[in-house]
Amino acid sequence: MPVMDRLKAISGTAAIVGVAEADEIGRVPDKGPLELHAEAGRNALADAGIDKSEVDGVFTAGYSTFDTAEYMGITPHFTDSTSVGGSSFVIHIAHAMAAIQAGYCEVALITHGESGRSNRARASGNPGLAGAQYEAPYGIMGAPIGYSMACRRYMHQYGEDRTREAMANIAISTRKWANKNPRAFFYDTPMTFDEYHDSRWVSWPFHLPDCCLVTDAGAAIVITSAERAKSTKKGAVRILGVAEGHDHSVLHQMPDLTRTWGRHTGPQALEMAGITHSDLDLAMIYDSFTYTVLVTLESLGFCKPGEGADFVANQRTAPGGDFPLNTSGGGLSYTHPGMYGIFTVVEAVRQLRGETGERQLDECKLAMAHGTGGTLSSTGTVILARD
Amino acid sequence: MADGYNKPIPIPQPESDHYWEGAKAGELRLRHCDDCNQAFFYPRNICPECGNNNTSWIVASGKAKVHTFAIVHRPPHPGFMDDIPYVPAIVELEEGPKMATQLVNVTPEPEAIQIDMPVKVVFESITDEISLPKFEPA
Repeated sequence: MPVMDRLKAISGTAAIVGVAEADEIGRVPDKGPLELHAEAGRNALADAGIDKSEVDGVFTAGYSTFDTAEYMGITPHFTDSTSVGGSSFVIHIAHAMAAIQAGYCEVALITHGESGRSNRARASGNPGLAGAQYEAPYGIMGAPIGYSMACRRYMHQYGEDRTREAMANIAISTRKWANKNPRAFFYDTPMTFDEYHDSRWVSWPFHLPDCCLVTDAGAAIVITSAERAKSTKKGAVRILGVAEGHDHSVLHQMPDLTRTWGRHTGPQALEMAGITHSDLDLAMIYDSFTYTVLVTLESLGFCKPGEGADFVANQRTAPGGDFPLNTSGGGLSYTHPGMYGIFTVVEAVRQLRGETGERQLDECKLAMAHGTGGTLSSTGTVILARD
Repeated sequence: MADGYNKPIPIPQPESDHYWEGAKAGELRLRHCDDCNQAFFYPRNICPECGNNNTSWIVASGKAKVHTFAIVHRPPHPGFMDDIPYVPAIVELEEGPKMATQLVNVTPEPEAIQIDMPVKVVFESITDEISLPKFEPA
C-alpha cells in the first residue's frame, strides 16, 4: 500500500512548467500520430522556455518511447512507456515526479498523439488475451458497448430516470463549456436537452451525445523540479498529490460496475496534497462517456454512491454553476482522440495560470485532473496548485 | 464454419483449450480452485484469488442470471452489421463467476430484458473447432 508519510514528503517537489496541444486538433488528416506527438512536445517545451536538448526523461503511452523519442530526436536517460489506456498520461505525472525526486532525470517530457478520426485502422491485439477470447466474439468491442453495459447496471441499482437525467445534465453542461473554447470540436454547436433525448442510440442506454468524440489530437506536458521551475517562462504549477492503479482489464472482470479505482486514487491524491474535495476550484474528470463522469464523481468521493444525479443536477457543473467541471468541453465536446487523459491536465494547468479566455474561472488555485483508462479499468489522479 | 462468418473468432490458448473443447461438446467448463472451493472465470491454471495452483475443472450447470446488458445499435465491427440490434451481456453463473456473453432469443428492447432475469446456456457453433456459449431466457 502507498506510504502516506513518504508521499506527503515529496508533495510539491515537482511542477508542471509547460503544456500544449498540437498545432491543429480535431480533423488533421494530413499529419500522422507521431507528428502530433512531436508538435505537441515542441509546443510544450516552448511554453516552458526549455530547450529540447535539456529533456532527459521521456514518457508516453500507446507507442513506446522508442518511437516517440527517436522521432523527436531525444536520447533519454529515463524512459517510461506505461500504457494503461487513457489514464496513462496522468499516471506519467506521478512517475515523472518520482523520477525527478530520485535523481533519474531533471526535465520530463510526456507526449501524446493519436489520429483517432483519420486513422480508423483497428489494432489487431493479442489473440490470447481475455478480451479477444471472451468478449470480442460476442461483439463486446470498443468502448461504447462496455461502458453502456456498466451504465445499465448502475441504472438498475440507482434508478433509470435519475441516471438518465444526470447523463443529460453532464452532456449539456459539458457542451456549454465547449461553446466557450475556440479549439473545441463543438465550439460552434450548442445542444439542447431535447436534442440530447431525441438523438439516436449508439449502444442503449447510450445516446450519441453520451459518447466522446473521435478526433485527431496531440498534447504534451513538461515537468521539472520545483526548484528549477522557478526560473521557467511561466513558472510552476506544483504537483501536490498523485495516485494511480487499476482493478481489472476486461469489463466482465470488473469487481463492481458502479465503482472505479478512483475510489482509491481520489482519496490518496487529496490526502497527499493535504486538502479536501471542497478546497478544489476545478475538477477535470475524464469524460469518455457521460456515465464515466457520473460513476467517477462518486468513486472519487465527491458524493456518495447513487448520489451523482443530485450532485450534477440543475446544470451545477455548467458555466456559472458552483462546481466547474471539464471547462475545456471535455472528451464529449472538445476533443477525444482515443486516450484523452492528458488533455484534462492541459486544461487544469491553463485554468490555474489564468490563460483560458472566455471560460476562465474567477478563482482557480487548486485543481484535480483525473484520467480513466481501458474499460473503467485504470485511474490516475493528480492535484495541481498555483501559488 | 457457417457461411460468411466474419466476426472475431476465439483462438484457444494452452490455458483455455479445455474450455473451448467443452463448449464444442456442449459443456460449459469452469476452472475451480480446490483451496478456495470456488469456481472462477476466465480459465487460468493459478487461482486469481489465493494464488495457488490447486485447481481443477468442473462442468457448470449452465444456469445464470443477467447481471447487465446493452443493446447495440452501431456495430463495432463489420461482422456485426447484420446482427444489430444485438444484446451483449454479463451473466452471473450459478457457480458464482461472471462471464461476458450475448443474450439470444430475446427481443432487443430495454423493456423485454430484466436484470437478474434467469437464463441458461446454449451453444452456437461458429467453426468446426469453436462453439460460443450464449444465453437465452430460462
